[in-house]
Amino acid sequence: MTPKRRQKLFVILGLVSLAAIAVGLTLFALRSNINLFFSPVQIAAGDAPFERTLRAGGMVKEGSVSRDTETLDVAFTVTDYVDDVEVRYSGILPDLFREGQGVVVVGELTQEGWIRADEVLARHDENYMPPEVAQALEDAGYSPEDYQAKAAEVAKRVGAQAGNDDSRQTN
Amino acid sequence: MQTLLIPEIGHFALIIALLMALVQGVMPLAGAATRRPLWMAYARPMATGQFLFLAIAYLCLTASYLLDDFSVTNVANNSNSLLPWYYKASAVWGNHEGSVLLWSLILAGWTFAVSHFSRELPRDMLARVLGVMGLVSVGFLAFVLITSNPFARLLPNLPEDGADLNPLLQDFGLIVHPPMLYMGYVGFSVVFAFAIAALLGGRLDAAWTRWARPWTNIAWAFLTVGIALGSWWAYYELGWGGWWFWDPVENASLLPWLAGTALIHSLAVTEKRGSFKSWTVLLAISTFSLSLMGTFLVRSGVLTSVHAFANDPSRGLFILVLLGITVGLSLLLFALRAPRVSHQVGFNWLSRDALLLINNLLLVIITITVLLGTVYPLLLDALNLGKISVGPPYFNALFVPLTVLLCLFMGLGPLSRWKRMDGRDLFKRSWLAGLAALVIGGVAPLLYRGEWNLKVSLGVVVALWIVLPMARDLWTKTRHSAGRLAGIKRLSLAYWGMVLGHLGVAVTIIGVTVVSNYAIERNVRMGVGDSVEVAGYTFTMTELASRRGPNYLADAAEIEVRRGDSRRNFTMTPEKRLYIARGMPMTQVALSPGLFRDLYVAMGEELEGGSWAMRLQYKPFVRWLWLGALLMAAGGIMAVADKRYRRTVAARDPEGAPAARAREATA
Repeated sequence: MTPKRRQKLFVILGLVSLAAIAVGLTLFALRSNINLFFSPVQIAAGDAPFERTLRAGGMVKEGSVSRDTETLDVAFTVTDYVDDVEVRYSGILPDLFREGQGVVVVGELTQEGWIRADEVLARHDENYMPPEVAQALEDAGYSPEDYQAKAAEVAKRVGAQAGNDDSRQTN
Repeated sequence: MQTLLIPEIGHFALIIALLMALVQGVMPLAGAATRRPLWMAYARPMATGQFLFLAIAYLCLTASYLLDDFSVTNVANNSNSLLPWYYKASAVWGNHEGSVLLWSLILAGWTFAVSHFSRELPRDMLARVLGVMGLVSVGFLAFVLITSNPFARLLPNLPEDGADLNPLLQDFGLIVHPPMLYMGYVGFSVVFAFAIAALLGGRLDAAWTRWARPWTNIAWAFLTVGIALGSWWAYYELGWGGWWFWDPVENASLLPWLAGTALIHSLAVTEKRGSFKSWTVLLAISTFSLSLMGTFLVRSGVLTSVHAFANDPSRGLFILVLLGITVGLSLLLFALRAPRVSHQVGFNWLSRDALLLINNLLLVIITITVLLGTVYPLLLDALNLGKISVGPPYFNALFVPLTVLLCLFMGLGPLSRWKRMDGRDLFKRSWLAGLAALVIGGVAPLLYRGEWNLKVSLGVVVALWIVLPMARDLWTKTRHSAGRLAGIKRLSLAYWGMVLGHLGVAVTIIGVTVVSNYAIERNVRMGVGDSVEVAGYTFTMTELASRRGPNYLADAAEIEVRRGDSRRNFTMTPEKRLYIARGMPMTQVALSPGLFRDLYVAMGEELEGGSWAMRLQYKPFVRWLWLGALLMAAGGIMAVADKRYRRTVAARDPEGAPAARAREATA
């Protein structure tokens, strides 16, 4: 091998090994950092893991939001109009958070079956129901259209307005 | 009414622009392939014409917005008669159709600039470059006309008033962020076109890199500013003080930036040393492809965010096909042509060449990890394997260590020499700076906060390791018999550009480190008369009032802020607005900015008993984030002003013209 060829070989070997390490590390980091999405139907069915970060979403149930009078603690119920799940959060809710509107929370499911949320995202959808939730309903054997109509009806009754935007809050 | 036909004129101008782009894409390329000067000569007038007609189309749309022509769907959906005029003008790109039109206009602008400033290019090279840009333009103009016509009418039932611009976008940040970002995205099409032209012509000498370098630097500088503006906008507009979320939409702009950063460094090697030729071409193709992918991700509605204006599957498919064709054809061309033009130039493992190779490898690895984290959830979703999201921990876990590694080599870069250098010499030049960085970095958190913090120390060490060896190098280089000023003048602008750019990275690193580790956030319940202390500042709510703005109603709080026991105080007034047309609530943050700290007050929600949930934040060094980005961009621009690029401009002067013609004849 000429020195030039050898240099080329080293470059290629170095590239390949670096790329392999990078992909390995990346996949490892991905495995431990992906958050799966669960809808109330799936949580009620026992599909969701306990004490692991997950995302859950649905509609904020009418009349379920209760604020503590002294602190910033808040509890509300997320529903897909089949099953419900209770969410507790401490902090400021996003501007677009409203009863009857779609919401996605990031947090952990406790053994008692409620979610301790670290982040609440309010997201407005023209169909009122987040697409992931509609999908989960369909997978569970329900017709999402019926529930979407219901969601729309509740949202209109509660008087919330629809936009196309998201906003988010963390604590 | 004479305003009635404006949208139709715009639409018509758009069609003419598409036809001109088609001619510009086909004729010069065919002419270069068959060596027909007449065909090649189509390139420049078509580029001018296309720019002109797109400008007309764009102005027509802007006019419709300013004149409140709600019979145009686009205007009706995104404007309102109550909107101030400057938001009406910027609302043009606050929606899908308008923003793609702006994208096309900027592309035509870059094409026009290339045709104007590159007259000394060999004729066939210029023809190919403009031809490739014309083809890209055809793709985008077809996209606008077929799937996203901004001039579509709402007739005969036109609304009385518009639905208003999304309140999040009614802001100075929005006026400047998208055009800057697009200037960057689209600017990479120039280096892409140069690379493709070089491949087509089989002439991959260092010359094309010299022509392409200034364009790439400018595009990169715009992209840097665009990303920084986006981060700044998110910081004060979204109301909770975050400046980077690893949101897919942000990643979409970061990806071409990372690849572009690798590209500007690899272009330097190719220009100076003639090596890395194929690699540079590949990077040029990748950078522009990532720009296109960014556009696809943001505009296709694959992602739900403030940027995803519409969920029309046909649009996503169109951009995906466009992306596939661009990437596929370019890579095919690369595979066919690259081996023929590659040419190995040897270098030692201890040299600037090798350090820049490492820089490129690391940047590409970072790009790939960010790309994987961004695209992986979309792929899984597309394959119906579940809905997942990849959170910031993933990106931080990979991005931060890789960046630290990158910076370790970055400190050595400016000290090193091309081709080969003595290891002892490199050590002699850098050990003192390294030691100083370690010592200062080690004690910095102690001095700043009285408590040691590993992460802060690491951040400061890395930043100093970038700055100190460079400062020492600068000190040596400016030594001159006629005094230091003469020494400073002797250095090239390109060198100063590098210094500024690297300094910018260090400044940003300091900002990220300090604000990530020392920011304080308190969410509290506050009523009139309540006081809260955060980081030595006392916040007292003195008043709650309602007021009315041009298109919104607001609850405003008046917060009196006093530092420690000092007698001076100032007032901050955060607001919670309700935008009337959309019924959409918005948080208007009150900021007290400073070089070393920001105070950040936002109103959360109204609680019973007349009190509010308030978010009070202390953000040290947060401005350094964006200051660093501005320095980087300034460095990029300064390097373009270097003498060796100006010489080519001088060649266009009357005396210089024969020389240019002679060069063209020999080419």
